[in-house]
Amino acid sequence: MTIEVSPDRVQSVDRVVIRFAGDSGDGMQLVGDGFTELSAAFGNDLATLPDFPAEIRAPAGTVAGVSSFQVHISDHDIVTPGDAPNVLIAMNPAALVANLSDLAPGTTLIVNGDTFEQRDLDKAGLAVNPLEDGSLDAFNLYVVPMTSITVEATASLGIKPRDAERSKNFFALGLLCWMYTRPVAPVIDWITDRFSKKPDVLAANIAAFRAGRNFGETAELFDMPYEVRPAALTPGVYRNIIGNLATAYGLIAAAEKSKLPLVYASYPITPASDILHELSKHKNFGVKTLQAEDEIAAAAMAIGASFAGALGVTGTSGPGLDLKGEALGLAVSLELPLVLVDVQRGGPSTGLPTKTEQADLLLAMYGRHGECPMPVIAAKSPSHCFDAAFEACRIAIKYRTPVILLTDGYLANGAEPWLLPDVNSLADISVPFAEVPNDGDKFLPYLRDPETLARPWAIPGTPGLMHRIGGIEKEGIGLGGEGGTGNISYSPENHSRMMHMRADKVAGIAKDIPGVELDAEDGAQVLVLGWGSTWGAIQAGVRRTRARGLKVASAHLVHLNPLPSDLGDVLRRYDKVLVPEMNLGQLSRIVRAEFLVDAVSFTKVQGVPFRAGDMEAKILEMIGLVK
Amino acid sequence: MTETAVTFTRKDFESDQEVRWCPGCGDYGILAAMQFVLPELGVKPENMVFVSGIGCAARLPYYMNTYGVHSIHGRAPAVATGVALTRPDLNVWVIGGDGDMLSIGGNHLIHALRRNVNLKIVMFNNQIYGLTKGQYSPTSEIGKVTKSTPFGSLDHPFNPLSVALGAEASFVARTHDVDRKHMMETFRRMHAHEGAAFVEVFQNCNVFNDGAFSAILKRDNRADMLIDLVHGEPIRFGAEGQHGVTLNEFGEPRVVEVDDVGVEKLLVHDEHRLDPTLAFALSRIANAPNMPTPIGVFRDVVRPVYEAEVQRQLAVSIKRTGPGDLSKLLTSGLTWTVS
Repeated sequence: MTIEVSPDRVQSVDRVVIRFAGDSGDGMQLVGDGFTELSAAFGNDLATLPDFPAEIRAPAGTVAGVSSFQVHISDHDIVTPGDAPNVLIAMNPAALVANLSDLAPGTTLIVNGDTFEQRDLDKAGLAVNPLEDGSLDAFNLYVVPMTSITVEATASLGIKPRDAERSKNFFALGLLCWMYTRPVAPVIDWITDRFSKKPDVLAANIAAFRAGRNFGETAELFDMPYEVRPAALTPGVYRNIIGNLATAYGLIAAAEKSKLPLVYASYPITPASDILHELSKHKNFGVKTLQAEDEIAAAAMAIGASFAGALGVTGTSGPGLDLKGEALGLAVSLELPLVLVDVQRGGPSTGLPTKTEQADLLLAMYGRHGECPMPVIAAKSPSHCFDAAFEACRIAIKYRTPVILLTDGYLANGAEPWLLPDVNSLADISVPFAEVPNDGDKFLPYLRDPETLARPWAIPGTPGLMHRIGGIEKEGIGLGGEGGTGNISYSPENHSRMMHMRADKVAGIAKDIPGVELDAEDGAQVLVLGWGSTWGAIQAGVRRTRARGLKVASAHLVHLNPLPSDLGDVLRRYDKVLVPEMNLGQLSRIVRAEFLVDAVSFTKVQGVPFRAGDMEAKILEMIGLVK
Repeated sequence: MTETAVTFTRKDFESDQEVRWCPGCGDYGILAAMQFVLPELGVKPENMVFVSGIGCAARLPYYMNTYGVHSIHGRAPAVATGVALTRPDLNVWVIGGDGDMLSIGGNHLIHALRRNVNLKIVMFNNQIYGLTKGQYSPTSEIGKVTKSTPFGSLDHPFNPLSVALGAEASFVARTHDVDRKHMMETFRRMHAHEGAAFVEVFQNCNVFNDGAFSAILKRDNRADMLIDLVHGEPIRFGAEGQHGVTLNEFGEPRVVEVDDVGVEKLLVHDEHRLDPTLAFALSRIANAPNMPTPIGVFRDVVRPVYEAEVQRQLAVSIKRTGPGDLSKLLTSGLTWTVS
């Protein structure tokens, strides 16, 4: 791969955060994705943060309709999509208005000058033109007539100006690719691949891309291009991946390694739908997908699939988790494997469908009637969704229990490079089905494995093992010579023991999961305890704190139920425990309740992830409080 | 399903559980008919799955020596869809009552029917909530006085067969709990059908809604109040076959005297008509007061079976691209090597 800019004119930077912002119809997600793919293949480390409105096409030109895509690329290992952008591309006044408050002085601001007519300003709620009133003086402002140059550049192709205008996002991409010395050929390949079925659009997009590049080269507006060299990451084969894709791959991998057919039943809901879309492509793996009539049906279908001998999985988000609660309770009572993927989004009710939040933790832990314990696992980064999905399936299958896997909107759509696992090194997670009677010539469906407390999984079609299971309390102790008939039992004594049995079974999984992964430092008195997608921001905050010569420790939970068995001991070693979460303090409640630790809750509920800067400031404050 | 050289008896399908419906409940008759007919179907008990929701009827799976799931209220068709989709080789029955299937689970019922999942759905209709001790149900007549409607119910009831036909179920039939032979024949027919089969069984709840169907099912009333539908035959009833059914100019069914109109004017029953309009019209006859009720098979048509189509897509995909290769999947798209 060569860079087509003479070295003497290139300035090296170690990292840059770029935000593309425009109208929902301007194709910002598309060119953001493109820039990400190219940077990934170029070898940069990266992280992305797409941000788009729930409306498919909010009124054009308004602040409500602004869609943005932030990408952080670097020549070293990074963990967040970056706090404030170093470069903002604003395709119209609304995009400028929506993002202005995030910009630090000195930020490079590139605006499409063709979109600052009075009516554009009106739509964005601006009385005066900010390009003319001096209000942007603190920034390195570049006003580029992107629309008109794009129309001009495509004129020779015989494309109507109205259609040609649509390619202006590729002009922006071209300009950025020049500024950050991205190689040309892969971009052309990427565009060609995307638009091969629409030759006119393809030609226009390539022309616009080249025009953007040439503009950077010749306009002399910009001082010089920058380069962000490839990052020195752990050796291996990488690809770029977003969380939902990683989740889908993790489920397929788990099906392969458990030798079970995967049945995924789901009802369309943002931002979980992409998992259904992805899995529906992979029928050659024997994956069966069902678009159910509703959320409840989806969970019920997955339970039916597990009863019949499949790996039954359902996925949802937001209100869908509420609706699936009853079915989860049934799976707890039936003691069948089931994985529920909850891509958390802003709530309550419809809330913020396209924005991220971590406010389903308590619902996942406790949100069912009766005592209804269930393992809960959370992914910490987009690529980690693969491992977390695999682990959720492992536990579900081994212990015959429903498991909730929590990801969130940021992980679902955020991207990062993924060091591909060697598929041969993935654990075999298969379990044998019951094949013969286990009590003389009788079969007891709740005769438990004394180690795991899991009941036998006998699937229809197996002679002699016919049995009936249901949601009514049952005779199901099935240990130490006691009955495991699964027959209905209303006995007070039996019910009490079954309540403890179900709790013990889930609690016992603690023996089968790793201890706390502690990033400790001698002398640290503050521990930052996180879970889920705050991992990146916490890591970045911890690194910045250490870069100041201060001591801080961090731990991140993947298993939320049961918690690692050494968590209490770890927490008690620190003077202060800080728990950052994108909710109003849910994990902090759990650790206070479980361990009587005076954890300090640090919350953010704005529909966007924590920033490294937020985290650093809070950690410094905590260190300052240590006596 | 072809399984020869195995013979079963009623005992093979009875579990060791004590049947716990109220004495005199119509459910006993339905259970008996089911256990009588299953041995002759040639399906091994281990290849059968009974799935139910919640309600008195939904206890039936516990009494069957087959695989069974007593699931949650209303969701049995969805659970059963998961079973059938995973294992098209199994023989899957869904059992529930009118509240289970038409109220809380109405959505799942119509979607299982429209998809044509190979489920044998038996709905016990007693026009009352029994297990919750006597509230009106979605099939109770208007004005029903119950614990929750002391001044009479106001809701217009569902006609279960009209609902099923409206969802374009490929097999729709009705039978009743006092005629074991008729029930057995209906269950046989639904088993023989490929795809979703919906059967409404009139069932007496002798505790909370006793005699709900006596106007049509009392021995003396049956000849004039039940119309036995026979495929390919003119629709007629009465002790001497003196009554019949015709269509008026709007395509609505009318009960007539055969002598008045002549046999040739009678509507000839055709179960296999792809268009459900006529079957729907027949399902409406009993909606008017004091009108007779057709029983038997209203509709039996061939439509693609959902899980077979799913299986076909899988096979096509494997044929086209070869069986899935996990390693290839993970490395699809742009990859790069860091050394």
